[in-house]
Amino acid sequence: MSQDILMPALSPTMEEGTLAKWLVKPGDAVRSGDVIAEIETDKATMEVEAVDEGKVEALLVDAGTEKVKVGTVIARLSGGASFETPAAPAPQDDVKPEPAPKVDHAERDALPPKRHPEEGAPAPVSKDDFPTGAKLTKTSVRDALRDAMAEEMRADPRVFLMGEEVAQYQGAYKVSRGLLEEFGDKRVIDTPITEHGFAGAGVGAAMAGLRPIVEFMTWNFAMQAIDQIINSAAKTRYMSGGQISVPIVFRGPNGAAARVAAQHSQDYASWYAHVPGLKVVVPYDAADAKGLLKSAIRDPNPVVFLEHEMLYGQEFDVPEGEWLVPIGKARVRRTGKDVTITAYSRMVGLALQAAEVLAGEGIEAEVIDLRTLRPLDSATIIDSVKKTHRIVAVEEGWAPMGVGAEIIARVIEGAFDWLDAPPARVSQEDVPMPYAANLEALSLPSVDKIVKAGKAVCYRS
Amino acid sequence: MAGKTAAKKPEGRNSGGDADLLAFYRDMLLIRRFEERAGQLYGMGLIGGFCHLYIGQEAIAVGVEHARAKGDQVITAYRDHGHMLAAGMDPRGVMAELTGRAGGSSRGKGGSMHMFSPETGFYGGHGIVGAQVSLGTGLALANRNMGNGAVTFCYFGDGAANQGQVYESFNMAELWRLPIVFVIENNQYAMGTSIERASAETHLYKRGASFLIPGEEVDGMDVEIVAAAAKKAAAHARSGTGPYILEMKTYRYRGHSMSDPAKYRTREEVDEVRKTRDPIDHLAEHLEKQGVREDALKIIDAEVKAIVAEAVEFAKASPEPDPRELYTDVYGA
Repeated sequence: MSQDILMPALSPTMEEGTLAKWLVKPGDAVRSGDVIAEIETDKATMEVEAVDEGKVEALLVDAGTEKVKVGTVIARLSGGASFETPAAPAPQDDVKPEPAPKVDHAERDALPPKRHPEEGAPAPVSKDDFPTGAKLTKTSVRDALRDAMAEEMRADPRVFLMGEEVAQYQGAYKVSRGLLEEFGDKRVIDTPITEHGFAGAGVGAAMAGLRPIVEFMTWNFAMQAIDQIINSAAKTRYMSGGQISVPIVFRGPNGAAARVAAQHSQDYASWYAHVPGLKVVVPYDAADAKGLLKSAIRDPNPVVFLEHEMLYGQEFDVPEGEWLVPIGKARVRRTGKDVTITAYSRMVGLALQAAEVLAGEGIEAEVIDLRTLRPLDSATIIDSVKKTHRIVAVEEGWAPMGVGAEIIARVIEGAFDWLDAPPARVSQEDVPMPYAANLEALSLPSVDKIVKAGKAVCYRS
Repeated sequence: MAGKTAAKKPEGRNSGGDADLLAFYRDMLLIRRFEERAGQLYGMGLIGGFCHLYIGQEAIAVGVEHARAKGDQVITAYRDHGHMLAAGMDPRGVMAELTGRAGGSSRGKGGSMHMFSPETGFYGGHGIVGAQVSLGTGLALANRNMGNGAVTFCYFGDGAANQGQVYESFNMAELWRLPIVFVIENNQYAMGTSIERASAETHLYKRGASFLIPGEEVDGMDVEIVAAAAKKAAAHARSGTGPYILEMKTYRYRGHSMSDPAKYRTREEVDEVRKTRDPIDHLAEHLEKQGVREDALKIIDAEVKAIVAEAVEFAKASPEPDPRELYTDVYGA
């Protein structure tokens, strides 16, 4: 009886990786827990362990092979014939044991190899606002963020990065890869696990004239630091009568990750977008991630930059060379005449997929990628609603007092007479994030929920 | 903005030279008289909200200021009037901020607890207990990164000494050898709670021990002792060997804020400190023993009184902020 060893996934967004090295050869006997191979991704390396004992029958993928898809059969083991422990239960035919990835980095990063059910291929992006003739390069959101920081650090010696694991470890999500090497340990600073303290230290350094980028490993941990973000960063310019600037970027992954439950899965967009003095940026694709982060670093105000872990590994076109996206300008990602759908961050992908489904049913949706929540580009939203007469506001966070509530309030204030249907919201269900896969999926916004809302405001069922 | 001409410090005060005891006397008296008038204006309804007076603690801000070199920063919490005057901010701008007027240091938008003056090195004025300790650590981080040789003097009280971010900051400051002096003003009461009721270890200078930060206890009622300790601490921080903690033992004569009846301590306790340990009386006696004539001190008294009177007049006469100011200074362009 033989069993297949599958290419494991290391994170929710991992789709493929490099099979770096085999540590066994055909004929070798392996025991449960033996390391049999090393896998590399753009983020990390990991060891593949045998989960059962047996003999290596065949290695099906050569060492050094790149882009091995998750789930590919990479080796085959025979049952434990050559071992002296016949009492060990033989693998069942109907069970496909997966190799347990031994993750070589922080527990916080070691997420189960699942994607959200709704996570399809990256949605096509309109290239409308790229400079004509610009050479486009497929770039992951992760690398686009890194490129933005590196370019701004090269251009301005005041810019520096601090946070947990940003330097030697290269970033918990590998966003800061290579920066320590290029800029040294005074400009790429590993901090202790001290969110409150290092956020305050970043604000102090900004007051003194530097331009810090403070990375939170996730925005969930920034709850420890929210006093410094709001009371010190956002309010000091006003309280000082304009004498003190706080040019700082707070950045890191925000929103729902996969299967990490309530304390590690929350969208904080509405929390920060509530506060005057802050700017709040929520990019979706890699070009916006890069162009907006560069703008954020140059901005004289504190900027809350909300990334999304599920997008880090996704690749999009990014124009080569200097590329800036202005803060405060939404982008119409798809035009349509029947219903306006607003979304930000990962929700933009879902909204674009929903628009495809709606198009199949004869409803042309206009999808607005908000890109910035504060300042909010109300004009683009209101102009769209005056055309479509209907709106669905999508957010990953909870609905009460949320981003959708604000957008709908502005639409009512600015386009009341143009509305042909009550506005609708799609949001996370009003519960803490559950762990179980089915409950988690039920709790989150989905393509299906957006499609339903789109049809409802068009009075179609 | 308020004029920046008044209250310039005498040349050389910040150069680390010998202490000028008459200047110490003048600066402490300025704070005392300023705070007394602020208390009166509060009673008259010209100052609103929270108003935390520094009376009794003057020797600390003035003595530490003596150790400050050009470019060194000061940051503190909300009992900040004394530090601002010691740093050289215009008393008129400070008083007008207390009255919430256009001529105030923050143009009337900050109030007693939130004033800033980058040109004199004063970085606030912070209303959240302990927040200034992380912020001050960041100022020192900037000094280190810019290699400007500057030291940050970061003040906090015995109450803030129990905040978690203080220890996060201690750890980073020592880990990164930051040029910062933590000045703990232990006035023995965190609002209404005595230090014994709030702190397991009441010797606050020891609080850096587990981070390997040296600390010492200082008589915060004696300006010469404060100045000497601050110079030593500043030299340590400036040398690149890391932070230093000074625990200043002091006492506030007034309530925590104007609205505090101070029922948690006896009248006798306050009177005893005023009678036996007052930093200004103590220095006056010392000066007289050294042969400074009473007349000389009286001349200073009159000068100080005039500066404060002018500040009060300015603060009363300055108009309220233009309504358009409501929407300015939220964002920078």
